[in-house]
This record gives sequence, structure tokens and C-alpha cells, in this order.
Amino acid sequence: MNASNSVKHSRQSRGDVIFETVNVILLGLIALIIIYPLVYVVSASFSDPIAVTAGRMVLWPVDVTVDNYVQVFKNASIMTGYRNSLCILAIGTATNLVMTILCAYPMSRRDLWGRSVLMKLMTFTMFFSGGLIPTYLMVSKTLHLMNNWAALILPGAISVYNMIIMRTYFMTSIPYELQEAADIDGCSPFGTLVRIILPLSGPIIAVLGLYYGVGHWNSYFSALLYINKEAIQPLQLYLRKVLTLNSNQSLMDTASDEVARQAMRAETIKYSVIVVSSVPMLIIYPFVQRFFVKGVMIGAIKG
Amino acid sequence: MQKDTTPRPRGTGRVRDFIVRHRINRNWQLYLMLVPVIAFFAVFCYGPMYGIVLAFKKYQVLKGIVGSPWADPWYKWFLEFFNSPYFQRVLTNTIVVSLESLLFGFPLPIILALMINEVQSTRYKKFVQNITYAPHFLSTLVLVGMIRAFVNSDYGIVNIVIRKLGGEGYNWLQRANLFRPIYVGSGVWQNVGWDSIIYIAALAGIDPQLHEAAMMDGATRMQRIWHINLPGILPTMVILLILNSGHIMNVGFEKVFLMQNDLNMSTSDVISTYSYRIGIDSARYELATAIGLFNSVVNCALLLVVNSCSRRLSETSLW
Repeated sequence: MNASNSVKHSRQSRGDVIFETVNVILLGLIALIIIYPLVYVVSASFSDPIAVTAGRMVLWPVDVTVDNYVQVFKNASIMTGYRNSLCILAIGTATNLVMTILCAYPMSRRDLWGRSVLMKLMTFTMFFSGGLIPTYLMVSKTLHLMNNWAALILPGAISVYNMIIMRTYFMTSIPYELQEAADIDGCSPFGTLVRIILPLSGPIIAVLGLYYGVGHWNSYFSALLYINKEAIQPLQLYLRKVLTLNSNQSLMDTASDEVARQAMRAETIKYSVIVVSSVPMLIIYPFVQRFFVKGVMIGAIKG
Repeated sequence: MQKDTTPRPRGTGRVRDFIVRHRINRNWQLYLMLVPVIAFFAVFCYGPMYGIVLAFKKYQVLKGIVGSPWADPWYKWFLEFFNSPYFQRVLTNTIVVSLESLLFGFPLPIILALMINEVQSTRYKKFVQNITYAPHFLSTLVLVGMIRAFVNSDYGIVNIVIRKLGGEGYNWLQRANLFRPIYVGSGVWQNVGWDSIIYIAALAGIDPQLHEAAMMDGATRMQRIWHINLPGILPTMVILLILNSGHIMNVGFEKVFLMQNDLNMSTSDVISTYSYRIGIDSARYELATAIGLFNSVVNCALLLVVNSCSRRLSETSLW
């Protein structure tokens, strides 16, 4: 590896060396631009509100304090939201995975009669859907799922895109001969799924579980439509209240210092709320990002 | 060992019937597994599709969708949408925002992928990639919350910098002419790294012999990128372009919805947010369904047109 690299280097012309240097510097700049807002948010969340709002904090925290976080954790409704979101994440992802496996496995079997018709019917829903209102009426009026977590979980139980990724994996990464051998030895299709397919599908189940999990954690719109009781609201709805509502009025002109300080604190607490709500993603990100990438690559195989 | 012991049903009449029945009997468990799956598609995908008839009806809550009388004339709600003063505004905004997103969101990941591919050091490559993916996992709400905090007229970092430079601070989200740049820019920031993964994977699949041969013949770095790498990822590019074209009318509703306010409405009001206001806020279900149907049909048509163009021009297509 090293030897071939050095051969490559020795053969490089001047132009190539310049090209490489410029390329590396440009990529560094791009990375800097992309990471800066994230660093700013984290630093601001640990800084004193007055320093942040006066613009004294540029990169690293100034007047370090955890006061902002204390304020966030004192708030009962953010904790309720957190708990609800974790529950929805767990139940939702489990439902997603079971349903996707139940769909992908039969669809991966070439001896399933009617497979191509079913596949066409499923793929069609990727490109054409009933739209917002008919879905809303179905969930809220026909099925009466208002204020029920089922309304957040069931309508998206299978993502056709993810199902195709899983099906492609079953078809290309697990030798069909294994299934045939199981069949000859008298194993039922269900037994084959549980004993042969699933034990060999660890990576793809992990990837899709993560896709679905991130989706549940980040989604707010179905909760906005179907959940209006605060006790069962997910975290994102609470975030919406804090981050996007009533933040437009300017309090700069108000005479009272106390009011201005309150506004500054409210502004800085937003950064802490952002960090707190993204912590689960931040924690798992370094461990799982290579799985995510793997998932994209499996999906890239045209199936 | 024979590769496929269960051939597709061939032949006619009795034999074929027998094969089909045999396969269904043997695989009844597979069909059992599909029961909840088919129920899901029926209830949550095809059920709402049936609900589209609402676009042609006069909805009466007590009679339900099926029992409600037909609208008179049947295209009544479409006519109302096309004649509404908002029609032109939401249509233009939708198309312009989408095309601008595509204009920047499509080529930039390709350029990033080509640049990352040229880096020799594996560690630096990984480092750049890990940083550029990161924003992809932020929720839309957090992204919009960050934008709002950054451009806040009093305390936002953007305005603090502007004031330090002697300018005057204002809330950027309340300026209609700044909505599109912010929308497109933040979209690129969030997704450029993630979208480049698929191209990096495609680039990794290019035969290194092509590069070696080109180097023997004295091709420069740029020439090799232009004549080997770019054609190598062309099929991937075309497929993604076709898929994107099927979403021209689906501007990221969630993000627009959160960025909207009364002052930027003239550029931020798009078909989906308009349909939401009509349907959910004003509970005019028929009109909102008609608008949604118009949107879906245009999307599908665009997808088909682009797909068939691409099949003719580059022999790459979705099916």
C-alpha cells in the first residue's frame, strides 16, 4: 500500500502537486464552513447570555456556565417531551422493522406467485400518494387515531424505499442456495426467515433501524396534526414552541433592563435546547455513521 | 447444483394451474406474512388515494366521503384554485424555489465528491467526510431554530457581525427577498455531504486501470477527472436527477412551513403550505384535496417526461 503510494507520488508532476494542495485547502475551508455553526451553537449554550448576545462569543465559550442547561432541565414539559419521544422512537422503530421485514422477505422470494404485481403496486406509492387531506381524514376521522401515538407510527410503518434496500440485501447478499437447502431439509418459509435470513442480516437491520429511528426522533409534522394533548406530545413539538414561536418581536427598545436580560437569557437558552434535543444523535453519530454510509451504498444498487 | 429449482410458471392450462397452485400451497406462510403488509398499503396508501375523489365532491361530514354528492360541475374546486388570487403566487414560488434548490443542490455534492475523491490521505478524506455529513442528522426544527437564532435582529451572530462592520441589523427572515437564498443555502449546508456519499461510492467503483492508462498517455489530473471520473458517475447522476425531478412540486414542506411568517409570505408561500392552510386551518377539505391532486399529477408527469427523455438521450432510466 505504502510502496504503491510512494511510486504514485514520485510520478506526480508539478501541476499535480499544486492541484493537490489547492484541493486539500479548499476542502478544509468547506469543512470549516460546515462545522462552524454547530460549534457556535454548542459554545453559545455553555456561555453567559450577556456575552453571547453582545457578540463577545465567537468560537469558544466565554464566561463558561451551565446555567442555561439548569434552566432547561428545570422545565417539566421538556422532560415529558423527551420521555415521550424516546417511547415513540422505541415502539415506532420496532414496528417499522417488523413490518419492513415482513414485506421485504416474501418480496425477495422468486417463487412467490404474484410478486411482480405486488412490487409494482408498492413502488407506485413512492411516486403517487393521496396527499395531505385524504391521509389526514383517514387517520383522524375514519380510524379515530387523534391523540394516539399510533397516528405517528402506523401511517409510516413501511418506507417503500427502505423496503427495497432490505429486499436487495436479501437477494444479493444471502446466497439463494442457503434457502433452497433449508427448504429441502423441510424448513418452512417462516423458519427460513427466522433461522437463516435474519441471523445473516444484522448490518442491514441496524442501518434501517437507524434510518427509521432518526426519522422518528426528528419528525414533528404528524405530531402537529394528530397530537394536541401536551402530556403525550413528542419533544419536537415542544421545540417548535421554544424555537420558532414568539421569537420575532424586538425587545431592544424596552426601557426595563430586567426585560432585556430576560430576552437575552431566552435567546441563549434556545442554544441549550437545540443541544439537548440533538444529544441522542450526537452520541450515536460517531459510532453509526459508517453504517449509514453502508446503507446508502446498498440502496445505490439499482433493484 | 441447479440454480433455480422453481422455474416461473410456464405452459398452459392444467399444468400451469397446477404449478401455480402448488407454489401458493407451499408458500402459504409467505402470504400470511404479507397480510399485515397488504393491510398497511391498503389503509394508508391506497385508502387515501381513494380519498382523492373528495376533490370532485361536495363534502358533507355526516354522509362521509362515499355518501357525499358530486360537486357541480365536477371540476368546481380545480376552477376555484386556478382562479384564486393565490394561484399564480404559489405556483411561481413552488417552481422557483425548487429549481433554485436543484440548481445548487444537484451539482455541489458532485463537485464535493470529485474533490474528496482526489485526496490521497485516507485520514483527511475520512475527516472531511465525517464533518460534512454531520448536519444531515439535525431535525428540520433544529435547523430552522438555528437560522432564526442566527439572524435574530438583536442578538443573532449574523446581525452582530453586520453591526460591527457598520451596517444595520435586521431580521433576515422577515425580508421576502432573502427567503430563497436562506432556504437554498441552509439546504445545501445540511445535505451537501450526505448527498455526496452516493457519488463517492460510484467513484470508488471506477476501474483504476482506466486511470493508469490515461496517466501513461500523459493525461493531467483535470483531464482524468473530466474524461474518466465524470463519465463514470454519469448514470448515477442521471438517476438522481430523474428522481429529483419527481419532487419539483414537493418543496420541503416542513422547512418552508417553519420559516414562513407574514412578512416573507410573498416569496415563501408554496403550494403545499397553501394547501395546508386551506385544508387544516380552514377545514375546506375538498379544495385542499384538489390542490394536492394537482400537485401529485404534475409531479408524476414531470417524472415520466424526464425519465423518457433520459431513456432516449442517455439510455439510463428508472425502469
